[in-house]
Amino acid sequence: MVEFALPKNSKISGGKTWPKPAGATETREFRVYRWNPDDGKNPSVDTYYVDTNDCGPMVLDGLIWIKNHIDPSLTFRRSCREGVCGSCAMNIDGQNTLACTRSMHDVKDGAVKINPLPHQPVVKDLVPDLTNFYAQYASVEPWLKTTSPTPQKEWRQTHEDREKLDGLYECILCACCSTSCPSYWWNSERYLGPAALLQANRWVSDSRDEATGERLDDLEDPFRLYRCHTIMNCAKACPKGLNPAEAIAELKLKMVERQI
Amino acid sequence: MSASETPKRSLRTPLGRVRNLGAAHSGTSDFWRQRITGVAMTLLMIPALVIIVMLLGRNQVYAAQTLSSIPVAVILLLFIFASAWHMKIGMQVVIEDYVHNEKLKLVSIMLNNFFSVAVALASTYAILKLSSGV
Repeated sequence: MVEFALPKNSKISGGKTWPKPAGATETREFRVYRWNPDDGKNPSVDTYYVDTNDCGPMVLDGLIWIKNHIDPSLTFRRSCREGVCGSCAMNIDGQNTLACTRSMHDVKDGAVKINPLPHQPVVKDLVPDLTNFYAQYASVEPWLKTTSPTPQKEWRQTHEDREKLDGLYECILCACCSTSCPSYWWNSERYLGPAALLQANRWVSDSRDEATGERLDDLEDPFRLYRCHTIMNCAKACPKGLNPAEAIAELKLKMVERQI
Repeated sequence: MSASETPKRSLRTPLGRVRNLGAAHSGTSDFWRQRITGVAMTLLMIPALVIIVMLLGRNQVYAAQTLSSIPVAVILLLFIFASAWHMKIGMQVVIEDYVHNEKLKLVSIMLNNFFSVAVALASTYAILKLSSGV
């Protein structure tokens, strides 16, 4: 059966409360998940106080401030700090999102609670191991596949056909959607998940692609595609405002369309 | 998965694990049938409920008389077929979601099929028996 409870060695125990920064007039409490693969201990939640007058407004600014001023061992991914790269995806106040686009002022009720993306192996602290997620993306072969002779200039597309890719191409593969999906939690080895399926639909919907049928063949599977039960957590979580559930529904519609 | 859980040792590449045995090339039929039976049940729900309410507290003679009407018997039979089929597909989805032990999953799916067919046949037999007045 699926595991509904955390295994013993993943149960969160204790945690350190770091002193408030000296001289700070306004602080914000951060409670951050910590786990170190080298010390053999269970995960814990450390409490930090961020001087909000000395740091930017986003949750990522707070984390960087903690790393620079309090605890250099705090580990997390970040790169672009403007919602383009998807590196800083994490669970903030119970919702998967990007730390760089979530303002700490939008987190109400006391402390800003930060955990790694759910149901993924943790490398350290807030860094999840997304190897399986990236392999699933690779499995949908996210590139243009054609057999016609390559045109001299470019593969042409009407404006109308190009518009069909809106809402699909913007995905930044942050994994917020897939790791918020209960169906993905229970069957991530076999279910491709919202992100990979949204990307699959991006190529299935591309008028220039000549492998639409083969792509649908590879997706037609009770687990790869049909584990989606339209729970809609993916659409709620997506920090780019995309709707993976709708993309999956379009894939299912195409499956039915080619049979009826 | 947990933070410190040790993953099962395997030297397969991540892409090899994802591709695994390949696509089953099925699932669309069940998906479509689940929708068809769902719509059928929605349409049949009200007439079936009306018939059931009519039969509440009545004796067997009255029930046999009501079910001897062909439209009434057909509505109930269709409702049973649609419900049993829908139940079978829905339950299989739940089993596939939560039961990860392969042997237990196969046995559960088998039992689910047996149960659904048994419920459908028993209900059909009861309706036919009453409607034919035997």
